[in-house]
Amino acid sequence: MKIIILGAGQVGRTAAYHLAREEANDVTVVDVNDHLLRDLQDRLDIRTVMGSGAHPNILELAGAASADMIVALTNSDEVNMVACQVAWTLFRTRTKIARIRSLAYTGHEALFFDTDTPPPDGAGFPVDVYISPEELVTQYVERLIRYSGALQVLDFADGRVRLVGLKAVRGGPLVGQQLRNLREHLPNVDARVVAIYRAGNSIAPEGDTVIEHEDEVFFLAATEDMRKVMVEMRRVDDAVKRVVIAGGGNIGLRLAQRIEERYQVKIIERDATRARRIAEILRNAVVLHGDAADEELLIEENIDSADVFCAVTNAEEANILSAMLAKRLGAHRVMALINRPAYAEMMQSGSIDVAISPQSVTIGSLLAHVRRGDVVRVHSLRRGAAEAIEAIAHGSRGGKVVGRRVEEIKLPKGATIGAIVRGQDVIMGHHDTLVEADDHVIVFLSDRRHVEAVERLFQE
Amino acid sequence: MSFRAIQRILGLLLMVFSLSMLPPVGVALFYGDGGFAAFLAAFGWLLAVGAAIWWPVRHDRRDLRLRDGFVVVTLFWTVLGIAGALPLYISPQPAIGLTDAIFESMSGLTTTGATVLVGLESLPRAVLYYRQQMQWLGGMGIVILAVALLPMLGVGGMALYRAEMPGPVKDAKLTPRITQTARMLWVVYVAITAACATGYFFAGMSPFDAIGHAFSTVAIGGFSHYDASMGHFESRAVELVAVFFMLVGAMNFGLHFVAWRSGRFGIYWRDPECAAFLRLMLLLSMITVTYLLVAGDYDDTLQLATDGVFQAISIATTTGFTTSHFHHWPGGLPVLLLFASFIGGCAGSTAGGLKVVRCLLLVKQGRREIIRLVHPNAQIPVQLGGRAVPLRIVDAVWGFFAVYVGVFAVLMLSLMATGLDQVTAFSAIAATLNNLGPGLGGVAQNYAAIGPVGKWVCVLAMLLGRLEIFTLLILFTVTFWRK
Repeated sequence: MKIIILGAGQVGRTAAYHLAREEANDVTVVDVNDHLLRDLQDRLDIRTVMGSGAHPNILELAGAASADMIVALTNSDEVNMVACQVAWTLFRTRTKIARIRSLAYTGHEALFFDTDTPPPDGAGFPVDVYISPEELVTQYVERLIRYSGALQVLDFADGRVRLVGLKAVRGGPLVGQQLRNLREHLPNVDARVVAIYRAGNSIAPEGDTVIEHEDEVFFLAATEDMRKVMVEMRRVDDAVKRVVIAGGGNIGLRLAQRIEERYQVKIIERDATRARRIAEILRNAVVLHGDAADEELLIEENIDSADVFCAVTNAEEANILSAMLAKRLGAHRVMALINRPAYAEMMQSGSIDVAISPQSVTIGSLLAHVRRGDVVRVHSLRRGAAEAIEAIAHGSRGGKVVGRRVEEIKLPKGATIGAIVRGQDVIMGHHDTLVEADDHVIVFLSDRRHVEAVERLFQE
Repeated sequence: MSFRAIQRILGLLLMVFSLSMLPPVGVALFYGDGGFAAFLAAFGWLLAVGAAIWWPVRHDRRDLRLRDGFVVVTLFWTVLGIAGALPLYISPQPAIGLTDAIFESMSGLTTTGATVLVGLESLPRAVLYYRQQMQWLGGMGIVILAVALLPMLGVGGMALYRAEMPGPVKDAKLTPRITQTARMLWVVYVAITAACATGYFFAGMSPFDAIGHAFSTVAIGGFSHYDASMGHFESRAVELVAVFFMLVGAMNFGLHFVAWRSGRFGIYWRDPECAAFLRLMLLLSMITVTYLLVAGDYDDTLQLATDGVFQAISIATTTGFTTSHFHHWPGGLPVLLLFASFIGGCAGSTAGGLKVVRCLLLVKQGRREIIRLVHPNAQIPVQLGGRAVPLRIVDAVWGFFAVYVGVFAVLMLSLMATGLDQVTAFSAIAATLNNLGPGLGGVAQNYAAIGPVGKWVCVLAMLLGRLEIFTLLILFTVTFWRK
C-alpha cells in the first residue's frame, strides 16, 4: 500500500516506523522540518519530501497521484483537514485519515464525511477517519484507572469485548494453578487467556499452563465479566477513590474532566496561568499550582493515601521521576506517560506500575486501515511486538475461516483466536466453536511478524 | 560496528559477484576461444570463498548501521578489485602478473578505462568481453545492483546506497523503498545500454563490438576491444552515437528515471546541474573545434569537427575513449580537456570527477564572496535552481574539494617519487582519480610503462575517485573505529 504521512512529529514518526516495517507498505513522509526528515530517513526505509503537506505541488511530489492512503498527522488541525481536502479533490486518494484534536471541530460530525459514502450535497471535509491522539490516550488512561490493576485495557466490537493485560500477583485465586481451573473457579463466566508473558518471553497458554507470580497475563472476556476474571489473578484491589494527576496539559485536563464526577481528583500544574485556566474549567477537581516532583507538595497533599497517581505532562522524564517519587512516598499505584519504548520497558519492569505509551494507543487506529482483509480494529501491544486484531469473517462455508471450527483454522505460530462476536453475542473461542459468516473474530498475535498470514485468512 | 552483519553481507555480495563470471564463460564457448577454463575456475573460487564467509553468520539478522555501510562498500570494492583480477591472472592470455591484473580489474570496475594491456586484438574474446562487463557493472555500482537484488537489506541498503552513490546530496530517493530505487536505476541503466548497443550496431559495429562498447560507453568507462580505442572504427556515425550516449551516461540517472516515467523531457533543461553540464560540454566542444581549426593541420573540416567534439566530450565526461592522438594536439588543449575531467559528470551518474553540481556550488560560493565585498551587509544565499542550498551542503562541498586537492597532490608526488616525469605523474593521477583513463606523456596510450609501485598508487587513486574519497578515507580515521 502506498502511504503518505504528513508531519514528522512524535505521532508521525511512530506511524512511519510502524507502517514502514511492514514490507508491503511504501511510505513517504512530508514535513516542513528538514532536520526531522533527515533523521527519519537515516532510520527507516522511507522517502521524505520537504514542504507543507497541504500544498498540492508538495503532495504531488510525494506521489499523491498513486497513493492509496494519506495520513495527516501534523500538529495543526487545519493543515490536516485541508490536506485531506486537497488529496481528495485533486488526486482522489481513497483513504484519508486526519489527526484532529480540537473538540471544536470533532464536536460537529457533519463537518466530515466518508468518501465511500458521500452525502448527497457533498459538503464537508472528505476525512474518512479522524483521530485525536489526546482523546484516545485520555480514554485509555480512564479505563486503566477504572480497572485498577490492569496494565492495558483494550476495546473490541464497540466495547462488548475487552482485552485486559495484567500482572498476576501472589494471592490471586488462580495464581499457582493450571489455566483449565479457570472454568471451575468461575462457572458462569466465559473468559479466555490469550497470552502469557513470563520475564518478557511469550508462553503459549495451554490448559495445563500454570500461572505464576509476576506473569503478564492477557485475557479476553465480555466487558461485564471483566472484573470477576481480574480478581482471579491478583488480590482484590480496593475500589479507586483518590486520583492525583500530574500535568494539566491537554491530556491531564481532559482526563480530569472525564473522571472528576466519579473520583476525588487532584491535578498538579506547574504553570500558574494554565493552572488558573483549568481551575476555571474544572468543577470538582482540586487544581494545585506547583511541581509534581516537589516532595513537600506531594506529602502536603496526602500522596500516601492516593489510589492512583498519574503523570501525564508532555515531558516524559518528568513523568518518570514524579511517578517514581509518588510511588516512594506511598501512592498505591502510579502510571506515567512515556513516549520512548526503551524507557517504558525499563520502567514497567520495576519502579512504575503502568507505563502508558501514547504511540501504541494511537497507532492501532491507523493500522486497522492498512491491513488487508476486512479488519475493524487493531491494537498494538507490548510496544509493537504483539498485536490484537478484530476482523470480519466473510465468504461461504468451507472457506479459510467461515464454516470451520476454531481448531481447524490454519493460524500462524503464536496466534490465538480469542473470541467471536456474533451480532450482540460474545462467544469465547474454544477449540470446537464454529465460525459463521460476518462474525467478528478477535485474534491475538504474540509475534507481529506473522500478521500477513492472518491477513490472508480474512481476505476474500 | 557489527562485524557479523558486515561479514554476512560481504559473503552474499561475493557470491552474487561470482555470477558475473558466467557470461564470459558463455562468450568463450560461443566463440570457442578456449578462454572458458579461467572464468569457470574464477566462478568456482569466488562462490566458494563467498559461501565460506557467509556460512558461519548466515543466521545473523542484525541490521546494518550507517557506519557499517562505509566498511561494506569499501571492503567490497577492494575485494572485488582483487576478485575481478582472478580470471585475468589465471587466464593464459593475457600473460600478466598480479599487479597488472589488479590494475586492469580495478580500472574496469571503477570505470576508469586505463589499461596496461597492449595488443588487445590478440586476446581471447571472453577476456575482452569480461573487461567491458566489469566496467558496466561498476558504472551504476555493483553494490547498488546487490541492493536491488537482495531485498532484505532494508535500512542497511540505504547505508550502502549512500556510501556508493556519487554526489553531494544522497538523500533523494526516487521511490519509498531503497530496493525499488536501486532496481529502477538499474532498469534505466539497462535500457540506455540496450539503446546504445542498438545505435552502435546500426552505425556499423559487429554485435560483439556493439555490446562491448555500449557497456563501456554508458558506464563512462573507456575500455575498448582495440588498442586504437574508438579510432579503430574510423566511422563518423560511431563517434556521434558515442557522443550522445556519453552525454546520457554522464547525466543523473534519477533524472532519466523521472523523465522516462513522466514523459516530460524538459526536466533535463530545468535541472540546474544538468543544464550547466550541457552548457559546459557545448562550450568545451566549441573551444576544441575552434582551436583545432585555427591550428589548422587537418584536411577534412567535418572530420576535424567530429573528432574535436568526440574527444572533448570523451575526456570531459571522464569516459576516456580516443579517436586520435589528442595528446599531440597543439597548445594547452590536452591540458584543458584534462582539467575539464576534474569537473566530470553529474551527481548520480556513472561519470567520475568532482561532479558538476559541486563545481557549480563552488563557483556560486566564489561569486557570493565577491558580492559580499561590495555589499558587506547583503544576505546572499547560495541558490541552486531557485532554492537556497543549506550551508551544511556548501560546507561539505568545500571540504570535499579541499580533500580532493590534497589527495591529488599527495598521490601525484608519490608517483613522481617513483621516477616519473611531472607531466606523466600529473596526468596519470588526474586520469585515475577522475576515473578518466588515458593521460598525457608516458601514459597517453596505456599504463604499461609505469612501475609496479606507480601502478598501486594509481589503483588507490581509482578507488578513491570512484568512492568519492570520503567513503574510503573515513576508514582511516580514529573516530570511525572508536567504540
